This record gives sequence, C-alpha cells and structure tokens, in this order.
Amino acid sequence: MDESVKPTSRRAFLKGTAAAAVGSVAGAAAAGTPDPLITELQDWASITGAGVDETPYGLPIRFEADVIRRNVEWLTASPISSINFTPIHALDGTITPQGCAFERHHSGAIELTKGDYRLMINGLVDRPLVFTYEDLERLPRENHVYFCECAANTGMEWAGAQLNGVQFTHGMIHNMEYTGVPLRTLLNEAGLGATRDFEDKWVYVEGADASSNGRSIPMEKALDDVLVAFKANGEALRMEHGYPVRLVVPGWEGNMWVKWLRRIEVTDAAVESREETSKYTDVYADGTARKWTWVMDAKSVITSPSPQMPITHGNGPMVISGLAWSGHGQITRVDVSKDGGITWETARLGKQGDTKALARFYLDTVWDGAPMLLQSRAMDETGYVQPTKDQLREQRGENSVYHNNCIQTWYVNAEGIAENVEVS
Amino acid sequence: MSKSPNLVLPAIGGIALMLGVAYGFSSRNYGADTFALLEDRVEKAEARMSSASDQAKAAAERVTALELAVAEAQEQGAKGTNLTAPAPQMEGTYGLGRVAMTEEIAAWDVDVLPDGRGLPEGAGNAFVGEEVFADKCASCHGDFAEGVDNWPVLSGGFDTLADKDPVKTVGSYWPHLSTVYDYVYRSMPFGEAGTLTPDETYAIVAYILYSNDLIDDEFELTHENLGSFEMHNKYGFVIDDRPELEYAAWRAEPCMENCKDAVEITMRSVFLVETPAEGGTNSMMNPAKVEGLPSFSAAGPSFIREATPKPVKAAVEPALETEQVDDGEAMIAAGKKVFKKCKACHQVGEGAKNKTGPHLNDLFGRTFGSVDGFKYSNTFKTALDEGRVWDEASLAEFLAKPKAYMKGTKMSFSGLKKGGDIEAINAYLAAFGN
Ligand code: HEC
Ligand code: HEC
Repeated sequence: MDESVKPTSRRAFLKGTAAAAVGSVAGAAAAGTPDPLITELQDWASITGAGVDETPYGLPIRFEADVIRRNVEWLTASPISSINFTPIHALDGTITPQGCAFERHHSGAIELTKGDYRLMINGLVDRPLVFTYEDLERLPRENHVYFCECAANTGMEWAGAQLNGVQFTHGMIHNMEYTGVPLRTLLNEAGLGATRDFEDKWVYVEGADASSNGRSIPMEKALDDVLVAFKANGEALRMEHGYPVRLVVPGWEGNMWVKWLRRIEVTDAAVESREETSKYTDVYADGTARKWTWVMDAKSVITSPSPQMPITHGNGPMVISGLAWSGHGQITRVDVSKDGGITWETARLGKQGDTKALARFYLDTVWDGAPMLLQSRAMDETGYVQPTKDQLREQRGENSVYHNNCIQTWYVNAEGIAENVEVS
Repeated sequence: MSKSPNLVLPAIGGIALMLGVAYGFSSRNYGADTFALLEDRVEKAEARMSSASDQAKAAAERVTALELAVAEAQEQGAKGTNLTAPAPQMEGTYGLGRVAMTEEIAAWDVDVLPDGRGLPEGAGNAFVGEEVFADKCASCHGDFAEGVDNWPVLSGGFDTLADKDPVKTVGSYWPHLSTVYDYVYRSMPFGEAGTLTPDETYAIVAYILYSNDLIDDEFELTHENLGSFEMHNKYGFVIDDRPELEYAAWRAEPCMENCKDAVEITMRSVFLVETPAEGGTNSMMNPAKVEGLPSFSAAGPSFIREATPKPVKAAVEPALETEQVDDGEAMIAAGKKVFKKCKACHQVGEGAKNKTGPHLNDLFGRTFGSVDGFKYSNTFKTALDEGRVWDEASLAEFLAKPKAYMKGTKMSFSGLKKGGDIEAINAYLAAFGN
C-alpha cells in the first residue's frame, strides 16, 4: 500500500530524512561519537536477571507504568459509581489486555467466588432453572472477539472539544476474546415452548452486585449472538469485568453487558429499568428522547499521534495509527485526512474479518513538519459512513450525552504536539 | 446482515388518548410551552404510527423467519474469523441446571414492569416517606430530593428538557413510576441496597412524587394504583429511529478530494489533562485561544515554517520507585475490607478529602465534628462544643448504632453488625493516625 506515499511527497520524504537525521541523535552515531550503549559493557549484558520463581503472574515492566486506566475524579460523585478509561493511546493491535480495560461500576466491583455463583433463568420458560458455574462449563462453548463500548464514550464531546486525550475522549472501550456459552443454549435448556411465538418477547438480565443493574434485550438479539462468558483473552474474567460470569452483547452498548450475571428472565414486555429510561436514552434538541438505542454505530479514532502521543521524532517517515469498530458488523474501510476533511486517503486495515470487533488501521506516511488536522472516518459492511460532529448535531442537538460516534479531530502543530479541537 | 432492532413495535397508545393527556396536562398548569411541545410530539407520533403499520408487517414476516435465527446466527459466526466452529445445537436439552424453587424465584425476581406487574403488596404516603427519606436518602440526595454536591437530583427540572443542559429527574424525565419503585427497592440506599421494606419503598416513592409536586402528602400509593400513575414525561420517548432518520442518509459514498474549501479551528480542548505517575488525572482549564492557529485549504495549511521542528521530549517519565506495602497486620487488612462499607462517603489516607462524610485521617484524638470545611449536623456541632474526643471506645459505640449514639446525625448508615468488624475498622483507621 504505498498509495499513501504519493510521488508528490517523495521530495518531502527526502527533505524529511535530512531533518530527522539531525533531530534524532539518540540512535545514531551523531558527529562521529560512538554510542556508549554499544561500545561499553552494560550491566544487563553481564549480570544475570530475574529468575523464573520471581514473578508467578506478571505485570508489565515498570517502564510501562504510565500505561494504566485513569479516572477523572470530578466526573462523578463517588469512585464507586464511576468510570475509568482504557489507555488506548499507548496500545497497538486490537486486543485490550484485561488489566487496563476500562471499568464502569454502578456500585463498585464485587468479589464473587465460582462456588457462590448461581445463575437463574425464570419467567416465561417451561422450566425455571438454576445453574452453577460448573454447569456452565459443561455446555458447548464458543470463542469470539468483540468490542465493548460504553454508550457514554465520547459523550462529553457533544458540548465541543473537552478533555485533551484520546484515553478520555474514546477510552470507554475494550476488545477481548471471550469464551462462553451462547445464551440461546441456556434458554433452550429452560425451554421456550411457553413463548413459541417470540413476538414482543424480551429477555431481562440482571447482575448480582448491589446495583443489580438490569436491562431488557429483545428475544431476537438474545437468540442471535449473545454469549454468557466466563473467560476473556484466555483467562478468567477480572473482578472488575464481572468475575466469574458476564453477559456479552455484541455490538450493543456496554451497559447491557451485565456483569456478575445472576438472573435471566423471559418477559412479555421491557422492564424499562432505570438504566433504560433515566439513563442510556438520548435527549434531542426539542426535549423528546430516543429509547432502545442499543446498537453502537460505526466509529473510529486516531490513537497516535494524539494529545498523549505527540510526534517526538521530527519530520520524516511516520505511522498514523488508530482503531475502528461498528456494532453493525465488519469495518470495511477507514479513511484518514490530514487537513481537517478536505482531502482523504484510505488507510491500511491492520487486520480484517472480525465482526463487531475493533479493527486496527495504519496510514504509513511522511510528515513534512507542517501542522495537521488529523481525522479518521470509518465505513462498515452496511455502507454506513461515520458522521461529522455537525451531521450528528443537526440530527440530535447537543444534549444527547450518549452514542456520540462523530469524527474526531486532532490539531498537530509544527512541534508535533497534538490537541483535541473542533473544526469548521 | 445485522438485523434491525426495530422488530419490537412502539408501545404508543392511540393518538386520541395522547391528545387527552396533553389537555390533561395543560389544565394542570404545566404551561403553554409544555402544551406546544406535547402537540409537537403528537404530530411526530402520528408520523411514526403510519410507519409503525409498515413495521408491523415487516415484523410479522420476521417473526416467521425467527425460527431461522439460530441457523443464521451460525452463518454469521462463520463469516468473521472463525475462532472455533459454532457450538452444536441440541434437539432436546443437555439436562443441566436444576429446577428453581418458588422461594428462590421470589427472592430474586423482584423487578417491576411498567404496568405494575411484579409489585409486592404494600402502601405508603409522602408524610411517612419524608421521614424515611430524611433518614436514609437525604445525606446524598438532599432533604427535598434536590441533590447534594454531585449526587443525583431527583426532583424538579420540569420544562428544561429542551434547554441546553436539561435537568433530567424522576419528575421531569422518568416515563414510568414502576421504575422508581424498582430501582429504589433493589439498588438504594447506595451502600445498603436491598434493605428497604415494601412499605418503606412505597412511602419513599410517594415522597419523591410529592417533592416533584405531582401528588399531595395524603395520597396513598399502593401496589394497586402505582402501575396506572401517569408520569409527566410518559410520552416523551420515541423508539430508536436512527435506521429511518440517519442510516438511510449516511450510507452514501464519501467524498475524497476537495471536500471543503477551507477548514478553521473553531474550538480548542476545554481541559488539559495531566497523567501523574501515581495514577488518576489532574485536569485544568486550557488557557489557549484559537486566534493565531493556522487555517487549512486544499493548498495546505496557512503556515510559515520558522525553523526545523524540534523533537519534543517524551511526555511522561514512569515512576521508578515501587511502594513497599506493609501487609504484616492481618487486622488492618481486614479493616480495609470493612472500610468498603464506608467508602461511598468517607476517604482516608494521603490526600483524603471531605466527601459526603468528613475525611477520617488522624481520627483518634480528634474532637468530634472538627474537620474544617465539613458541614456537620447539629448533634456533631454540640459534641464539638462539649470537646468530646474520638477514641476506640467511642468509635466502637458509634459504629454499632450510629443513629442511637449520635441522635440526629446525618450519617445514613445503619451500623456494623458482624463480630470483629468494629475491631478491624478501629485498627485500620488507627493506621492513618499521626
Ligand atoms: C451514599 C449516597 C446515597 C444514598 C444514601 C442514597 N443514594 Fe440514591 N443514588 C446515589 C448514587 C451514587 C446514585 C447513582 C448511582 C449510579 O449512577 O449508578 C443514586 C441514584 C439514585 C436514583 C436514580 C437517579 C437518576 O436520576 O437516575 C434514585 C431514584 C435514588 N438514588 C433514590 C434514593 C433513595 C430513595 C434513597 C434512600 C432510600 C437513596 N437514593 C439513598 C447515592 C445515594
Ligand atoms: C451514607 C454515607 C456514610 C457512610 C456509608 C458512612 N458514613 Fe460516617 N459519616 C457520614 C456523615 C454525613 C457524617 C457526618 C455526620 C453528621 O454531621 O451528623 C459522618 C461522620 C462520621 C464520623 C465522625 C467524624 C467526625 O469528624 O467527627 C466517623 C468517625 C464516621 N463517620 C465513620 C464512619 C465509618 C467507619 C463508616 C463505615 C463503617 C461510615 N462512617 C460510613 C456519612 C457516612
């Protein structure tokens, strides 16, 4: 794909490398001085390192200590009913390590053992059932990679550019490989004979924590791709993501992915719980609101460069990188603009194929040192094109809070520093 | 390939019924604006009704297709990268799980549907509710449900939904009263969820309605009339219409070149965010202005390069020293666990601030009610005047029964009941002494 390195930018490329050679002293033998890291014997090349008995379960090396979830204290009244953000600026690839995947709790993360875990299925079923954790592991299971995005991700940006950092504008998202039992298998165990016509039937799901977060899912979705999951990225779910069992509702807003899942009830109406009326509904300019806006529409963002990831290497070759996802299926294309949407180039998708999962895109390009207005624009398999902020506001006003999938703009100045901005 | 979520039909009543409600509201003095807004909504609903009948047809067709949903889902699974083959579908069942007992279902199945199904027998009014609310809810939500600090506001906000910052409260926004009962009974008070009785809950719900001027204080709310109570914003919601209003328009092939004449920066980030090594964030207002920033056109940025761009130093240096945690004392560790019950309201440790309750650093030896900047109740003010000082014994007594030990305290906490908890918390708090 050297489409992005167009002939016109060849000259810039040459100019750029010259400047870069001056700029990056670190790796090169600048001014003829040999690099002591190479010429002198280093401790690590002489003294032995850590033994295999030192770290039974490892954390990232301490030099990566800043790649952590972070919260913004004043956003909520208490850290117990609050949110923190995935450090997406510093990650690459598509899988989010569990330890830095964002958390949102309504009454704190609880400790629930596998032994104490019970899952009840009741309501309009032939046989109300109780499953233990062990029962779940005896049913046929599947593996799928899916993104989980909080409906409020990018929500502050309805009011214009707010927090300076992609971790805070777009970090309420993670992407994991889940292992779990299809919900339809469990419903089949309880028997849906009583509801043979599935019309207007719902599945109400509820968590075991003190908030007992409950959401209503239409039967059609419940029978489609919903998973009752107990593993993520190969290991047990983390406490903060619902250990031992959570619901996975592919492509739909994160609040429905009930953690510490304890009950599944088949009903003939939506419960219209607090989380599907007071919250997670979208208020429009005239004061009316949309409800049941479950699907997360196609969205993308450039993770590097971004405010937390300035360009530090001077001009020359560089990689613009970002994430794209759609609750409607696969991402088919991502375009990148360096001039605020006047001209677009098609980026390279790092990996293709997963539906309702994060896709990584790269634009391999050359920076001439001039300021940029970086934007990315995702398209999904339905042909949907990620909208601009103006398109969204025209439809919905500025009071929605949720479901903001606008095109994001970073202003990169001549120093390589990036800032969250809004453009005409 | 992904299916529209619109299978579920709008649960909107007839148009005539809605108009009736609109007149009802206007005669209840909700103001001309509200009336106009409602008329506007009725028009919208009418438009939706015609599309609803089309949707009904489509839905009927889809219902028959639902039998195929399983097969289709498997096909969908096969479309992406196939991490594993789809799970097999059984003809019968695997016979796993055991039958749920009636008592078990009764214990967990307490959700309430909009029409009131699921409500337990009981009753309450605002007169009684005021007392329960003051006792169990007001420390966070305010005496009149108006909200304290950052905690949620439960009342008021009528006629603000179309404003720039709408005030969405139980009164102004919630479409069903069932939701209030359902949520309060299951999830509140925050930190002591699941402890309310049905009668207490009916009384509290009545009090919240009363503080929203929706009923008078004698109105008796019961399991029989709760489901039919009409909330102010009952007709304020439409079912997701993105498919019709947005998807259709936003599926065009996008522009690639000369898409705009020029681009200006119209707004810069309101907050700059620092990411300190110890975690969390510090944010501050961004003083920078948009003036002087380059504008962009197809010819490139309006920008004169002054010098070769300098490389910038990496933003964050990770902290190198690792903290040595003293986990020698099991008691302190146990206390830390118990402190989870206090955490909703109190902070302790370095940088602890006053929250709903005062910070608890240096507690032992501290005079009652003496933390600067915290607004104590009168009973704590009196204790301060009397010069009472916290020690392990007084804390133990206080935490066993806060309301009995400090009559009139605004600490909404029923007390530590489990043996050992009080000793553990004593040890834990002592560790934050001077
Ligand atoms: C310790 C503080 C605290 C106490 C005490 C408390 N609440 Fe809450 N309340 C909260 C918090 C925090 C939330 C938001 C929780 C969330 O978003 O997950 C909340 C949310 C609510 C809501 C939903 C508000 C909305 O707009 O969605 C209602 C209703 C409510 N509380 C009622 C009550 C009642 C009734 C009581 C007393 C029985 C009570 N609360 C006691 C902290 C408290
Ligand atoms: C729902 C909120 C809430 C919870 C939970 C809570 N407190 Fe409090 N606490 C308060 C408030 C509010 C006050 C101030 C009381 C007053 O002014 O009447 C207070 C006061 C106190 C004081 C007196 C401090 C002083 O300066 O004199 C102590 C000690 C205390 N709390 C300890 C605890 C402990 C320990 C726990 C947990 C076991 C706990 N509290 C749980 C809200 C709470």
